[in-house]
Amino acid sequence: MKILYFAWLKAKTGTAEEEVSPPAAIATIADLVEWLKGRSPGHADALSDLRLIRVAVNQDHVGLDHPVGPNDEVAFFPPVTGGGR
Amino acid sequence: MIRVQAEDFDPGAELAGFAAGNHKVGGICMFLGLVRDFLGAVPDGAPPVTAMTLEHYPGMTEKQLAAIEAQARARWPLEEVLIIHRFGRLEAGDRIVLVAAASAHREAAFEACHFLIDWLKTKAPFWKLEHAEGGDLWVEAKESDDLAAERWAKKT
Repeated sequence: MKILYFAWLKAKTGTAEEEVSPPAAIATIADLVEWLKGRSPGHADALSDLRLIRVAVNQDHVGLDHPVGPNDEVAFFPPVTGGGR
Repeated sequence: MIRVQAEDFDPGAELAGFAAGNHKVGGICMFLGLVRDFLGAVPDGAPPVTAMTLEHYPGMTEKQLAAIEAQARARWPLEEVLIIHRFGRLEAGDRIVLVAAASAHREAAFEACHFLIDWLKTKAPFWKLEHAEGGDLWVEAKESDDLAAERWAKKT
């Protein structure tokens, strides 16, 4: 499973991209977040407040109850701020 | 058509070119977004913002913009759609985004253009990092942007 981090999540986790193999019990985004928090204090900090985080699976926006599998690309990022102002 | 690029673009040339030769087009509406001074809420006495870097998620950006274009085409009778979004380092006054919609009649062009920029702001994976003299700061999303996009969801 490929995990990507953007904006301040990249700074806090100290990584832009990592390959992980969570156990089979990790079935949803919410499960994955809890599991990823155990990777480092930086991960725990970055993923501590789910209200500040948005998630994409295979480049589509999803919710925390979305399923995840070994071949998925999962991205964590803050709410988006594109466009002019 | 979707373009995601670091380079600047020429709005006049883009506007002249994107629906040229399509004589079903009766009207084009274009929105041009610029980098404004004082992007974030700069507290009193804080150093002003001098520039910003726009980060994005290559691949997802193009996928989401294409989905936004498809949504607009499904809702309005559009002949042409153009979305150009820049990334990388930008300074105040720089062009950041261009959205244009061409249709037989003005109403569809106006509405689709408005829809495209509102949806883009809440769906396309871009993040603004502002560079102020005192340090860098990630810009937080605005609730008003979510509300602007939601307005279009209710219209379906």
